[in-house]
This record gives sequence, C-alpha cells and structure tokens, in this order.
Amino acid sequence: MSVDKDTVNKIARLSRIAISDAEADKMVGELNGILAWVEQLGEVDVTGVEPMTAVIANKLRLRDDVVTDGDVRDKVLANAPAKEGSFFGVPKVIE
Amino acid sequence: MSEYRIQGNTGAWEVVIGLEVHAQITSESKLFSGSSTGFGAEPNSHVSLVDTAMPGMLPVPNRECLRQAVRTGMAINAQINRWSRFDRKNYFYADLPQGYQISQLYHPIVGEGEIEVTLNEKDPDSPTKKIGIERIHVEQDAGKLMHDQHPTMSFVDLNRSGVALMEIVSRPDISSPQEAGAYLKKLRSILRYVGSCDGNMEQGSMRADVNVSVRKPGGELGTRTETKNVNSIRFMMQAIEYEAQRQVDLIESGGAVVQETRLFDPNKMETRSMRSKEDAHDYRYFPDPDLLPVELDDAFLEECRASLPELPDAKRARYEAMGLTAYNAAVLTAEAETAFWFEDLLAQGVDAKQGSNWLMSELFGALNKMGKTLDESPVNPKQAAELLGLVADGTISGSIAKQVFEIMLETGQAASAIVEEKGLKQTNDTGAIEAEIAKIMAANEDKVAEYRSGKDKLFGFFVGQTMKAMQGKANPQIINDLLKKALG
Repeated sequence: MSVDKDTVNKIARLSRIAISDAEADKMVGELNGILAWVEQLGEVDVTGVEPMTAVIANKLRLRDDVVTDGDVRDKVLANAPAKEGSFFGVPKVIE
Repeated sequence: MSEYRIQGNTGAWEVVIGLEVHAQITSESKLFSGSSTGFGAEPNSHVSLVDTAMPGMLPVPNRECLRQAVRTGMAINAQINRWSRFDRKNYFYADLPQGYQISQLYHPIVGEGEIEVTLNEKDPDSPTKKIGIERIHVEQDAGKLMHDQHPTMSFVDLNRSGVALMEIVSRPDISSPQEAGAYLKKLRSILRYVGSCDGNMEQGSMRADVNVSVRKPGGELGTRTETKNVNSIRFMMQAIEYEAQRQVDLIESGGAVVQETRLFDPNKMETRSMRSKEDAHDYRYFPDPDLLPVELDDAFLEECRASLPELPDAKRARYEAMGLTAYNAAVLTAEAETAFWFEDLLAQGVDAKQGSNWLMSELFGALNKMGKTLDESPVNPKQAAELLGLVADGTISGSIAKQVFEIMLETGQAASAIVEEKGLKQTNDTGAIEAEIAKIMAANEDKVAEYRSGKDKLFGFFVGQTMKAMQGKANPQIINDLLKKALG
C-alpha cells in the first residue's frame, strides 16, 4: 500500500490541516515509509489467530445509568474562542 | 400489501424504500459520559468535559444504553451479537466537538430481525407484510446548531451531544408511502412497549432518513437518494411521494438520478439537494482505540429477555382469547399508551369485555370531545374501575353510569361519592316498579292489547316508559322480569 500526492492532499483537507505543496511532497515520502514499515506485518501468517483488541487482556468497563457529571457550563465555555450567552459561537455554517 | 405504482409516460414505476430510523435511547445519562439527557435544559448545561472532547477525556459506555438496544433487538426477533465494537466516523462539523462520531459500522450490537406491519393496525383484516431489519447499532447524537440568532455566527448547544441513539436500519422491503408509515408506526409502538425510546417525534426523539429509488416493476434497482432527518410520519410519506415522482419525471425526461443527500421542506412539500462537497462522506471509519469491544454475557442477555414486556402482537392475541372482539383487541394494543391504560384497568379487577367496551366508547368519546390524549385523561384507571364496579354489582345502571362519568370528568369526584350525593343508586324495590308498570299499562291499554296480539317489538316501549318513570334508577333486569310477568 502506498499513497500519492493527491491522496495526501485529500487526507489533509478532510482533517482540516493546511499543508503547502512542499510539505505535501515531503509527507508522501514519510507516509509511504511508515506504510511500508507497517506492511512487514503482512509477512506473519495469522491464520486461525484471533484479532488482538488490547495489549493487556482487559474487559470493557461499563457505567451505571446515573447523572454524575455536567452542569459546568462556564467551565466548558471557558476556552471557547467565541461565545454568546450560554452558547458557543462559530463562524456561520449553513448549507 | 397494496400495490403502489407511479404512472409515468413510459408506463408504471415501482418504488423501493428503505428507512434508517434514529431513536433516542431512554436513559438518565449520556452514552459515554455522566451528563444528563434531560430535554429543554439551559443551553450547554448538560455538558461535561467528555462531551466537549477536552484532551485526555475518555468515554465509558452506559450499560443501560446497551441493554435497551439489546432489548429492542430481542423485541424484533433479531440476532443479538455477543461481541460488538465501536468505530469512529470521522467528519468535521461545528456540532461535533470530537471531530468524529462514535458509532458501530463493522460490528453492530444487533443483527438481522424483522417487523410485521399492517396497513391499518386497527383493522384486524388488513393485510400484513414482513419488513426486514438489517441491523441496529448504538451511536452518539450530535449537538444542536442555531443559524438565525446572529448575523455572522452560528450558535452551538451541546446538550444533545453524546446522547445515545439507536440507528435501526430496515431492508429496502418497503414499497409505498403507506407501508413506510405503517412501518414507522409499528416500530414506534414496539419501542414504546419495550421502553427503549419514548417515540416522541416532535421533540426529535425519533427521526428517519428515507432512502428512495424507482424502477420498472421487477426490474433492476435504480439509483437511490437519501432524504435526511424527517421528523413526522406524515412528512415522511409526503417526502417519499414527492421524491419518487421527481425521480420518475427526471428519468423519463432523459436525466439520471444522482446518489445524494436531500432535505425535505414541509412548507413547500418538496425535497431538495443538500449540495454537499463530493468527499464530505469519506468518513474513514476505524475501530475506536479508546474503547474495548462490547462483550455480552449470558446473565446480561437473560436479564434483557426476562425484562421484556408482552409485545403488541402477543397482547392482541391474548385479548382475543379473553373474548374481546378482534377490532377491540387491535385498537387497544396498537399504541403502548392505550394498552398500558387498559392493563391498569384490568389490574383493578374490571371485567375485560366491560372494560374494553367502556374504554373504547365512553372514555375515547369523551377524550375526543375534549381534544385530549389518554395520558391527559382526567379520569385514571382506578377511578374508572370504581365506576365500572358500581355497574357490575348492580348499584347503578349503565345509563346512570354515563351521567356519573360526565360528572367525574367535570369535577374529578369519585364515582361512589357522586352516586351517593345525587341519589343515583339503582333500586331493586319490586313494589315501586310494579306500581309504575301498573300505571303505564292502564294509560296504554291499546298498546297492551297490541302486544298481547303478537306485536313483540312493543316490549321495548314498556321498558322505556318504566325506566323513565323510575328516573333511570330501576334495575333493568328487574324491569324486564316484572314486565314479562305483567304483560303475560
């Protein structure tokens, strides 16, 4: 598996990361290096081996259905670049 | 079921419909955080640092949300997956602080099931059809955006952000707007019976994405469009009608249907394209590394199954076996609200037939006149049971019961208090009744003669006269018996 420059630009756009043309060229090389390295794993025969979902054997912890959090409006709004009253403010998004 | 066709210039077209229903899971707290799910709170008050995706915050699933999804799956006879997993659906939007929605793409918690629908759930003879369910998965809701409060900004309220949803995906087995409506009604009824979603479409607890395509009968499937977030059964049916007609017109005029997302505008009764960017739907799903797989054990599944209530179809069959008419059984079970009310009435010891007839004629009639729903009924099952008990034990007659009920609706008084206060008790005093009968016969000698010469229908006239003379308070059975004796 490898990526070309168009793919790199597309992923950057989807991730809302601005990259220059020079950076995109550099990323193509770096990403392909990473992909090739990971691809070595394909050499291992994993027939009949269960996919590993965690390094340490562990069970998903579940919560009881009780309200234990929230009601911290000022805290959650504290770092917002823009706010109006009780709302976050964002540049107008309307389709 | 019904054959629905759109007549175009080139002949008849068939419509193929599939629904993705988002149902808010009834829970106190959110899917992955301990914030409240309460509706109508001050903006951004039911929000935690997890819901705003602050760095380092980790999701911990709410057991109840998984339990309700599993119970819903069991109610539609679906395969329950003991092993499921959460995935990230990546996209940027201002109502989604994480930059991804935690959902289940590859391994949903509930697999294939089915729902049997009928075009008119209140008509026991209406034809039925099975609609396949492909899957139910659990995911997070997004926040709410408001665009009309400020000239250059949109406002974001994250109270809904992270609330648990079930996405219930049907097979494209639906072939008319009516069937789609019947499916959504039946699904809502099941969710309410199970208690996994309140089914309140006005508050957004349930909304549908509608996939529609058209084809020549039996032909290849056409390209489908998806109309998003339709929030009423009526709008959904209108959206399907409009969209199917639009596609037929488009194809017949030489165009082609584009696979796209559309919006329904209820004011103009039309759908229109959302014109989103071409790669907006490249979600780059991958397993959420913050969450281990969901593994359900036997004890969990057994509890889910044991806690399921009797479902509409089973309840209807049981009511019929209890001697209710098929029509009554169908009406009483179609909506969970009605079924639960009726069950409460039965629990008070009311006879099933007497109770069902009273509920459907007297109570529904009264509520209808007042423009109220059953939930808003001024008379509760316990009060109703007292009234019906007075009829059953002969304390008052059926016609007096109607008067008493009207007073109950107005004043909220108990039935026995009204009967006592107004002196409405039925009399079993045979002497008083006989005296009235004698007077009536004396005043209507001609009718007595006619009756005796074989005009049986006049019996009703004598019953009426006697009841009137007794001001409605005589026991009708005693009147009957005494009249038969007197008239010979």
